[in-house]
Amino acid sequence: MGRIQLDSVVKRFGEAEVIPPLDLTIEEGEFVVFVGPSGCGKSTLLRLIAGLEEVTAGSISINGEDVTRVAPSQRGLAMVFQSYALYPHMTVRKNIAFPMRMAKLDQSEIDARVEAAAKSLNLMDYLEHKPGQLSGGQRQRVAIGRAIVREPAAFLFDEPLSNLDAALRVGMRLEISELHERLKTTMIYVTHDQVEAMTMADKIVVLRAGNIEQVGSPLELYRTPRNLFVAGFIGSPKMNFLDGETAAAHDAATIGVRPEHITPSKTEGDWEGTIGVSEHLGSDTFFHVHIAGRSEPITVRAPGEVDMHHGDRVFLTPEAGRIHRFDAEGLRIA
Amino acid sequence: MAIVAQTSKFSLFARPAVAWLVALIFFFPIFWMVLTSFKTDADAVRPEFLFFFTPTLENYLNMTENYDYWRFATNSVITATFATAFTLFVGIPCAYSMAFYPTRATKDVLMWMLSTKMLPAAAVLYPMNFLTKGLGIYDTHFLIVLVLSLINLPIVVWMLFTYFKEIPKDIIEAGKMDGANTWDEVREILVPLAWGGIASTALLCFIFCWNEAYWTVRLTTTDAATLSSLIEGNRAPEGLFFGRLSAVSTAAVGPIVVLGWFCQKQLVQGLTFGAVK
Repeated sequence: MGRIQLDSVVKRFGEAEVIPPLDLTIEEGEFVVFVGPSGCGKSTLLRLIAGLEEVTAGSISINGEDVTRVAPSQRGLAMVFQSYALYPHMTVRKNIAFPMRMAKLDQSEIDARVEAAAKSLNLMDYLEHKPGQLSGGQRQRVAIGRAIVREPAAFLFDEPLSNLDAALRVGMRLEISELHERLKTTMIYVTHDQVEAMTMADKIVVLRAGNIEQVGSPLELYRTPRNLFVAGFIGSPKMNFLDGETAAAHDAATIGVRPEHITPSKTEGDWEGTIGVSEHLGSDTFFHVHIAGRSEPITVRAPGEVDMHHGDRVFLTPEAGRIHRFDAEGLRIA
Repeated sequence: MAIVAQTSKFSLFARPAVAWLVALIFFFPIFWMVLTSFKTDADAVRPEFLFFFTPTLENYLNMTENYDYWRFATNSVITATFATAFTLFVGIPCAYSMAFYPTRATKDVLMWMLSTKMLPAAAVLYPMNFLTKGLGIYDTHFLIVLVLSLINLPIVVWMLFTYFKEIPKDIIEAGKMDGANTWDEVREILVPLAWGGIASTALLCFIFCWNEAYWTVRLTTTDAATLSSLIEGNRAPEGLFFGRLSAVSTAAVGPIVVLGWFCQKQLVQGLTFGAVK
């Protein structure tokens, strides 16, 4: 059980309004990712849900129950921190057992749940270790173990993978996704990494300056970004934006085309340019193409190995039906 | 590496030599005092007997027989222990709230606390005297515990505050998310993590209480008089009996020196605290 509802939630720190009135509903069992650039208020929003920050106005309810003034310890949520926030003076076993000890569970029940969590997270060999003796990935697994055993209404993840190296991050990403598949518990996950958002989320909430820019499934955001900000934020490499005459030809102030929706050719195409940097990855080839009259190069992604190199002349053709049109305010034109 | 090699000669010989020199300078007065305490009052003032004299226990016997050393010592132990306990009891929650829930006033409150230490004690001597006599608490353990607590509270809060600041806030918040109430947080997380700091603060507070003389001498006569009063009482008007005075002083500082000796490791660890992460 874990349906979380935010009604006109406002957060101010002194004069600064970090979260303007904001409404959001998170359905039970959903994996929701809050994504946005740093300082967009995503962590604050998560901490408001956790109860670690007090809301200035508005209300938060979990499963229909108003928890706006309820202490974090009473909200029945579990949180995984970026810094892991393990108790350094306790062994792994005691760390995982801590929330259950606070809930005054039977020792036999505690032991059983610790064992089960440790088994599922490959921590059996480390139960008597202190956090200081563990690697970053292991520490994060302990933090997740500590969250699981509470059987919370929802899990809150605050950039949990930011402190891990790239390879480990991909592995942990999968583990968290699998955990969600297995437990079917509501999860709210904060990240600035749109790849994490795209790969893990059922629903992405894109935030900027405390405002929700768009809410939708990863592919909805990819296919129909509501405005220029979402269009530029979701997708890697970034969407190319063109304005002026090129955009006017499509009846828009700005048009956007994703790198993977542009076909390069040596002979013919809509736009002509010169290849600047070319990145040959084998699976893909990325070109940064300079076009006369544009300061920013256009990024092009071609599948597989392509025999075109720095300095080559190239013609680019955007895929029909994959051109995103935006008006002068930056809003999508349907 | 070259720098390390160059300094190694210095660190091999000069550094220990300097350390020993400083240690001896600090140690000498205590050594002299202990030595003098085994001399007769006549021998004590004669330089030729500095190291060579006939040792005597006369001063110590005099102290326990005529001055009731044990009552003063008991008073010292009682007042210092209770004052330290009370100071920590108030100081820990105070430092906890300021370290983890700072407001705009936190800095000012800390400064204000420290500023109370800048007030010359003599300025409030008369008010204190009249007040305590008027309230009928003059020369009571209660009063001494209260006074010792109040004069040490600022420094204790400051020390605890800096130790608590070292603990990442995330860990305290993790405790909240794990269902811990404030009492659980303090008992299960804060105190174990800051144990070194709390112990050294307690020890320092105890030492300050034990050594406090200004107020303990002036606000007591007999019932609650501590060892400081005993030393003061041996300052005879007709001249100083150095042998006797040294014996009293040795017996007064002895326990605290021994305590400090045993807790040395804890003290150093606490004062160089900061390895929580």
